[in-house]
Order: sequence, then C-alpha cells, then structure tokens
Amino acid sequence: MRNLTRLGRVLAVAALLTFLLGPFLWQGLTSLTPEAELGGRGWPSHLTWRAWAGALAREDFLWSLFNSLVVAAATTCLCLLCGAPAAFALARLPVPGRGLLLGGALAVSMFPPIAVVSPLYLVLQQMGLLDTRAGLVLPYATFALPLTLWLLTSFFRQIPSELYRAARVDGCTPFQAFRWVLLPVSGPGLATTALLVFVFAWNEFLFALSFIHSPGRRTVPVAISLFAAEHAEPWAEIAAASVIATLPLLVLTVLFQRRIVAGLTAGAVKA
Amino acid sequence: MASVSLVDVEKRYRGGVLAVSELSLTIADGELVSLVGPSGCGKSTVLSLLAGLETPSAGRILIDGRDVTGSPPAERDVAMVFQSYALYPHLDVAGNLAFPLKLAGLGRAEREGRVREVAQMLGIEALLERKPAALSGGQRQRVALGRALVRRPKLFLFDEPLSNLDAGLRAQMRSELKRLHARLGATFVYVTHDQVEAMSLSDRVVVMREGRVQQVAPPAVLYGKPANTFVANFFGDPRINLVPPRILGRPEHPAALLGVRPEELELLAQDAPGTQPARVELVEAVGPESWVTVELDGSRLTARVAPGSEPSPGEQVWMRVREESRLHAFDARGERLETP
Repeated sequence: MRNLTRLGRVLAVAALLTFLLGPFLWQGLTSLTPEAELGGRGWPSHLTWRAWAGALAREDFLWSLFNSLVVAAATTCLCLLCGAPAAFALARLPVPGRGLLLGGALAVSMFPPIAVVSPLYLVLQQMGLLDTRAGLVLPYATFALPLTLWLLTSFFRQIPSELYRAARVDGCTPFQAFRWVLLPVSGPGLATTALLVFVFAWNEFLFALSFIHSPGRRTVPVAISLFAAEHAEPWAEIAAASVIATLPLLVLTVLFQRRIVAGLTAGAVKA
Repeated sequence: MASVSLVDVEKRYRGGVLAVSELSLTIADGELVSLVGPSGCGKSTVLSLLAGLETPSAGRILIDGRDVTGSPPAERDVAMVFQSYALYPHLDVAGNLAFPLKLAGLGRAEREGRVREVAQMLGIEALLERKPAALSGGQRQRVALGRALVRRPKLFLFDEPLSNLDAGLRAQMRSELKRLHARLGATFVYVTHDQVEAMSLSDRVVVMREGRVQQVAPPAVLYGKPANTFVANFFGDPRINLVPPRILGRPEHPAALLGVRPEELELLAQDAPGTQPARVELVEAVGPESWVTVELDGSRLTARVAPGSEPSPGEQVWMRVREESRLHAFDARGERLETP
C-alpha cells in the first residue's frame, strides 16, 4: 500500500515534469535535428549543431540579444528604483487612500496592451522615442510597475513593524529606515520581483514589434519571429534561437533560486 | 536625564478608535514608572507617543520642559526596547549596537569605545561578531538593551521587554533591570501587562483601562488603597475578594461591595464573635501557603492559609476579617469609598 502511494507520487511528479519540460526539450531536440529530417517522426538519425551555428551567425540575432538584455535590465532597474520606495511608503507610512492607489495600479496592469498600442505610438513619436530602446523601457516599466508595487508592498508588510519603529527611535528618518534597515533585509523580495519584471520585459512582443523599425534595435522575440520572413522557414534555427533566448532567464533563476524560494515563502514559517 | 510631562493627551486613530484619552501625567527625573493594564488599554500607545512614533490627536508632551509634541523620534533623544527585540538581522551585534551612534554622527573611535563599554556592562563581549539569528532569546534581549544603553539617552522606554523570555530568565532580567536603573539614575517608562513585574520594578505604577488612567500610585498604595474595583482586581494573586457587605456580616454597611485580600481573611474551626459560617469548596496547595476557597450564600471567597492547617473540602468553617482597617469599600460604580 505504502509502495503504491509512493509510486503514484513518482508518476505524478514525472507527469508534471513532462508537461513543464517537454516543450522545452522538444525545442532543444528540434534545434539539433538535421534540416532534412524536420517534421519527420521518431528520433533524428544524428544530431548536429548546424542550426545553432546558423542562428549565432546572424548578426541581427546577436544584436537582438544585446538589445533585449539592455531593455530588460533597464526596465528592471527602473521598476525597482521607483517601485521599492513607493511600496515602502504604501506599506509603512500613513498614506491616505492607500487602497485606492494600489487598486489604481492594479487597474493599469489590467489594460490589454493591444488597446494602448496606437496611443502609445503617438506619445512615443511626440517624445522622439520611437525606434529607440528607451521607447520600450518606458512602456514596459509602466506595465510592470503595478506588479512591482504589489509584490514589494506585501513583502514590506511582512517585515515586522517593530523593525521600522526601532530604526525610527534609533534616529532614522523614514527614508533612512527604508534605506538602512528595510532594504537590506528585503533581498528575497527584491530578487523575486526583479526576476518577474525581467522575464516580462524579456518576453514582451507586441510593443517591441510596433515601436521598433531598425533591424539593429529589435529585441529577441521580434528577431526570432522574423527568421521566417523569407520563403523558407528555418525551423531548426528558430528552435536554436529560442533555446538561446531562454538561457539567460535560466541562468538568472538558478542564480537567484535560493533567495527566490525564501521570497515566495517568506512569512509562511517562523524564521 | 529627563522629566516627562503629558498634558491632557488624547490619541484617536484613523477610523475613530480612541486609544488614549485625558491622560495627564508627570514623571520625575530618574523615576521608574510602569504602565500596566490588560491588552488594548492604551499603554503601548502612550509609549509610542513618548517615542514620537505616533502624534497625539490633542494635548502636549514635554520632555525636560521642552514641547516635543510634534517632534520626530530623532529629535527626542529617547531609546526604546521592544518586545520582539527588533534587532537588525543583517547587522552583527556590534553593528546593531553601533547603529544609533552612526546615525548620531559619532566617529568610529568613539563608536567602538562605547560599544565595547556597553558590551562589557551587559556581558555580551563574546557575541559582538554574531548575527542576531545566532543568539538565544536572553542574549537578544541583552543586545536590545545594549542598543538602548549605548546612546545614553534622556529617557528609556520599555515595551514589554521581558514577555518573550521564559519564567526563570524573566525574573533574572527583572532584577537586572532594576539594578541598571539604580546605577544609571535615568528615567524609565516601562510597559507591561504583568502585575508582578510592575509592582516589583516601579517607583510608581500607572494603571490603565480602555484608554483611561485608573490610578497612579506607588505599588504599596495600589495594593493597599486601590482606587476602584478594577485596580483592586488587577493586583494581587489570588485576587481580592469582592462581595456584598452582608456576606461579611455587615448588612448595614453603606458600600455596594466590600473587598478583602486573601491574606486578611481568617478561617476558624469554631464559631466565634464576628464570624460568618461558610463551606470549604476548594483547597489549592501552592507550596509556602495554601489557597482555600469557601462559599457562602452564592459568593466565593479565597483565603491564604499556612500549609498544614488547611480545612478539608466540604468542611464547615467560620471566617472573619483580620483587621477592620484593611477592608476596602466600593460604591455601586466600583469607586473606592473612604471609610470614616
């Protein structure tokens, strides 16, 4: 009986892992399959790095990786820079209309991006930010800030209020208490938030497609989608590029993993 | 060192909850004053008001004669020890102790000197490089105390600092605090819900209930002359016996309730003049004495009895008040009546 439950659990985990990892592994396998055998059934006759070489040989693609990195990193920094002090204020200071503010932020994030593409296009045009990386960072930060605000506000609220009060009595101004006491103990919350914002900015497609025209300024999702622009569809190269585009996120997640787990479960158990 | 005055202070929170009302209190320089009461009585709010973590809705707060009603905590030169200790988890013990000094702009040499001095005084020198997570409860308590001491503030505030310690350590820290107070000669304001702590530590005790002060007096007066039935009930273990006068054989007495402390109630084996018959209900031996609960006419009274001389449950006894002057009389609203 005990062995049966155990077997059941193993099967359930295996099924879940297959569901989550399957597409990614399939993608990886596709990227290593010879062009001629794509679309066929069964395992490829042999594996080849040719598609990887092809993807990495595309200058546009390499630039897009760089662009995405810059845009996503800038968005993350901007969000944390604006979001962390705001979230601290919402969590600890007597801000009137706190619920309204948080609700408003949530409402902003509910807007379907497609509905604001045209107005944003005009705004960016007026600001002279069309076809620039900064022109992506601004709208990305706008859409990612509500998430930042919500995550960090709830994170700061979980930090015992006595810590903030102790800092104040010890002579801190509210901002000093934030900077020297709350921020240093918020590593897990900041890491979790940063990663989620980074992933959002890294994956974003619609704005990147609409606001950038120069091939040299495209981000990864757009660049990959344009691989197939000619008559041939280079599936293996697209697969290779997709795997390559996933790697930075994988690295970041592994790097932050321990802090993030702490961040996701903070307050659940007594420290 | 500082004197503290609260003048007609009121604190109403957003949403209209009245936490403190009509509070006027003067604390002398070097005095140790406790604020006690059940949870939610406003005692911690008073501490926050003194620290500057909250601003009163009305009234004024003076420290050393200077009006600090609207001043931020940094301008008050007040230190506080919190119930949860509130140590900064990212700093080691030395960092925690030096934190307020850094904010005050003291130089490195001066900071290190003071940290060492305080660590020595509290016996935590060996812990200076440890993080708070690696300390026991008692050690954390000492570090929290040290972080307050290191500033040499005018006024020390304690918010139930011992309630997270186990019983043995609590008693030890209590006497240590009392010694510390004597040594520093500083003004201490101490919040607790523990009547023993308040009685044993304080020069004067402020009893609060639902945001209002019930009585301000030295411990002996609180115990000997409680201003109302709430105060009478709050101090003393076992509690004071509060019964209608007829139960004590005084049907003519003008009071609504008479109070008699368990040590003032005498139980006799035989009838004697001025006694009332009662039935023993419960006998609890607590070591140096026993608590005997008797029942008469629907009222229960407890008496302290020397061990070995307790009656048995169900037995008939005769009770009387040892000394008439120790009888407390209260009117129908529970206020003390001064017996002529």
